[in-house]
Amino acid sequence: MSGAETAYVGVVLVSHSGPVAESVARLAVGLAGGDVKAPVAAAGGTPDGGLGTSAELITEAARTVDQGAGVAVLVDLGSAVLTVKALLAEGDELPEGTRLVDAPFVEGAVAAVVTAATGADLDAVAAAAGEAYAYRKD
Amino acid sequence: MSETALDAGFFLRWMTAAAASVDREASRLTDLDSAIGDADHGSNLQRGFAAVVKTLEAEPPQTPGAVLTTAGRQLISTVGGASGPLYGTLLRRTGKELGEAERVTVDELRTALRTAVDAVAQLGGSALGDATMLDALDPGVEALTTSFAAAAEAAGQGARDTVPLQARKGRASYLGARSIGHQDPGAASSALLFAALAEAADQGVAE
Repeated sequence: MSGAETAYVGVVLVSHSGPVAESVARLAVGLAGGDVKAPVAAAGGTPDGGLGTSAELITEAARTVDQGAGVAVLVDLGSAVLTVKALLAEGDELPEGTRLVDAPFVEGAVAAVVTAATGADLDAVAAAAGEAYAYRKD
Repeated sequence: MSETALDAGFFLRWMTAAAASVDREASRLTDLDSAIGDADHGSNLQRGFAAVVKTLEAEPPQTPGAVLTTAGRQLISTVGGASGPLYGTLLRRTGKELGEAERVTVDELRTALRTAVDAVAQLGGSALGDATMLDALDPGVEALTTSFAAAAEAAGQGARDTVPLQARKGRASYLGARSIGHQDPGAASSALLFAALAEAADQGVAE
């Protein structure tokens, strides 16, 4: 990244399943218009392709999307939530400015990527993702 | 017993004993987990503690704190289920609390474990009686004021006492009242951790 270019907030999508994380990433990028400048990475399942959560894949994904503007991490459930929280408590595993965003996984991912693509800061990205909880479906 | 000083060797023995115990009991833990969870608790912990022992043997840390923070970090990295960050936090936080000291007293260990168990409760958002590992860890830590053997016994009793409880956390909580009548797998493995601690203490006395 050169100093003159805008740094975008990165988005990491953590699911128990590799295909779910990958698909939600594609969905979010697609709904954000396709040609999205904000970096998005999926960290789903375990490194051997099984169901679960991998601290290694999460850390790698966060480093990949980190441009210095912060990283929003969205998670599905259970060990995905706990692993990211434990990594954040560690202090040195994830890039500085990495944040666990409290949001529904699919809707939050779309809101986060759309917002990040506008060049918004991490607070705005996190807020947009969190607001997705308010969209009722009944 | 509070005068006893525990060195890095004691903590290495604890982790080795824990790995051996998880290895022996892996199928029982997985059986417990298949009743109310996703049937991976035994194999997950087996993988995690095997990685812990491998790392500790490759380069044995010199202080009690370093043994536990290294072990905790390995568990977070390798387990792949919720027990990874939970046990990882338990050991890592205990290690951090013990600091750089070359030897720690049982009392210092108990205080550090108390802080770590509270951190686990906060991470998981769980309370006593939710049928989680907390229901074995908490009585285990409290009984450390008496002896390592008493702590192992109390943790074991705590695990057995989760049988009539309804699970309030994790996948088992989706089963609602149907989770009643099953021992919580996390509480069962927490009891193993305290049994391994007592084992390490026994080995120390024998030397």
